[in-house]
Amino acid sequence: MKKRNIVIILILAGVLLAGCVSKPAEVPVIQPTKAPQTITLNGAGATFPYPLLSKWSSEYNKINPNIQINYQSVGSGAGIKQITEKTVNFGATDAPLTEQEFSNVGGILQIPETIGAVVVAYNLPGIQKGVKLSGDVVADIFIGKIKKWNDPRITSPNSDIVFPDKDIIVAHRSDGSGTTFVFTDYLTAVSPDWKSKVGKGKSVNWPVGLGGKGNEGVSGLLSQNPYSIGYIELAFAKLQNIPYAYIKNKAGKFIEPTLETTSSAAAGAVPNLPAGDASWSSVSIVDAPGDNSYPIGSFTYLLVYKDQADLTNGKALAEFLWWAVHDGQKYSSDLLYVPLPEQVISLNEKTIRLMNYNGQPII
Amino acid sequence: MGGTKLSLIRFSWRKLSGDLIFKAMVGLFALGILILSFFLFRELFIGSELSRNTFGLGFLTTTTWDPVNEVFGALPFIFGTIISSFLALVIAVPFSIGIAIYLSELAPPKLRTPLSFIIELLAAIPSVIIGLWGIFILAPFTRDYLAPPLSTYLGFLPLFQGPMYGLSMLTGGVILAIMIIPITSSVSREVIMTVPVQQREAALALGATGWETTRIAVLPYARSGIFGAVILGFGRAIGETMAVTMVIGNSPKISESLFAPSYTMASVIANEFVEATSKLYVSSLIEIGLLLLVVSIIINIAARVLVWKLLRVEGGGRA
Repeated sequence: MKKRNIVIILILAGVLLAGCVSKPAEVPVIQPTKAPQTITLNGAGATFPYPLLSKWSSEYNKINPNIQINYQSVGSGAGIKQITEKTVNFGATDAPLTEQEFSNVGGILQIPETIGAVVVAYNLPGIQKGVKLSGDVVADIFIGKIKKWNDPRITSPNSDIVFPDKDIIVAHRSDGSGTTFVFTDYLTAVSPDWKSKVGKGKSVNWPVGLGGKGNEGVSGLLSQNPYSIGYIELAFAKLQNIPYAYIKNKAGKFIEPTLETTSSAAAGAVPNLPAGDASWSSVSIVDAPGDNSYPIGSFTYLLVYKDQADLTNGKALAEFLWWAVHDGQKYSSDLLYVPLPEQVISLNEKTIRLMNYNGQPII
Repeated sequence: MGGTKLSLIRFSWRKLSGDLIFKAMVGLFALGILILSFFLFRELFIGSELSRNTFGLGFLTTTTWDPVNEVFGALPFIFGTIISSFLALVIAVPFSIGIAIYLSELAPPKLRTPLSFIIELLAAIPSVIIGLWGIFILAPFTRDYLAPPLSTYLGFLPLFQGPMYGLSMLTGGVILAIMIIPITSSVSREVIMTVPVQQREAALALGATGWETTRIAVLPYARSGIFGAVILGFGRAIGETMAVTMVIGNSPKISESLFAPSYTMASVIANEFVEATSKLYVSSLIEIGLLLLVVSIIINIAARVLVWKLLRVEGGGRA
């Protein structure tokens, strides 16, 4: 009996103690066990650049063993929230901060770290990649105005292909996503009808179609349903071998989505890019000029504060960013990300030099 | 515990203090849940304030969900949640009760344990795995083999009209049914096992066949318990998120047809919360969370009341 009482009291005490003192107790325990110079840089945000950021994290750690980069792909929205609340060292987002978000955060730098392309993918039995589509046709398919594959607006630029007399099944993302933002940004740019009826955003009110969760959801829909059309990231389409359309660009040419054509779209947009500490809310590389520009693409951004509160962390962060936009770019192509054009890298150099501690530049 | 009088008294004092501590401790645990639910409710209530003020009761009746223009209405999600869960019950209940009867009454003893073990194992599969299986196996199966006969033979009903693309209310209902069968059948089995053997023996002694015994002696006795199991399954279906999100088609439109895509409350939160940046958008999603909680509470209360009424009727019948 006595023993049992003691056991109960111990359990109770243990529960209470664990609840009260676990946090303060952990801090002094952990610090001496790790090497004192180890710096952990925490980041959070978009899911799209996650494979690239984790590659960077492991490669950078090989060069600088004392720096750990820890990136959580929790979504752009959550990334913006966390950097606003300063719970992470850097954030990441697929769409540039809106005017309102930009003024909310205050003193933020936006650094494009890579470029993503979105492809219009389809499942047409017997038809390979390369169906030629123009932007207004894609918009009308997703509005539901063009209902059949043998609609003259689809068939006329594709005289070499015989289209079936079948209903078009539209597939789109159901989760809020940067991919949707880029795609609807493009449709808004090329179709006044889309602009007034739907508009652009990470989630929109889709007039027609089935919603799949994530790239895998949409590609699942495509592979399960013959005569379907949807939009997915370029990397995903290539890895899964899903056929995709060539899209008519501003110069009137039908362009295959590749790393090169997306990169040239970004280069075409460079003269109009703002400074790193200004608002990027109107930046868009969709429907970019240039003969060889693929029109559906977007920068994806890292977010850091201009004024760093801690010199050691700030220096580590700035050095990592410097490495990422230079040496880090060589890992992009293998992972099917589009490397930054030269002009964007030099813009990023200026931006990273703006990072400072107590008014003193860090790099 | 044979001892002297003195030690008996000492023992009982110790027992008392032990009891007190024990009582306080478990009471605290129980209270913790109460406090937690209170704060959960409060947090959802506060978080949804902006949305409640902006849309008022119209939130419940609006069918538009437009994040770009910030017009939010929950009706398609409420509709999708209730219909898909109800559909799941319609499919799952006969199966679950059948499984329960087989396992408790008819299965050879050697089979009972492994079978019920396997059924319960079904509940341990992560729902994202079930969802992926749903996308690649169940959705095409429903489209190619389940929907065509339904539309051929029952196509005069609006329920089975229109094109079927695989991802639909029907597929969502089927996958939910699969997910609630383990819990509904295993609780039903437990309940049926508690029916006294005398009940069965009495029926058999009167010359009843196996089926008659089950029908007149076992099922009525276990009725309220089985009903409880069904409600447990319903509650699960309402809150289930991942698997149903992956197969229901995620289209916030109200359609009469089970072949059309639909959307549930849990799904829209899972889909859109992470990337929802504007305050009104987040607040509207939180209000949907609040609604989900309220709907679950209402269903649970309704179930309690029904079980209680059934028990009273049975009690009266037996007396």
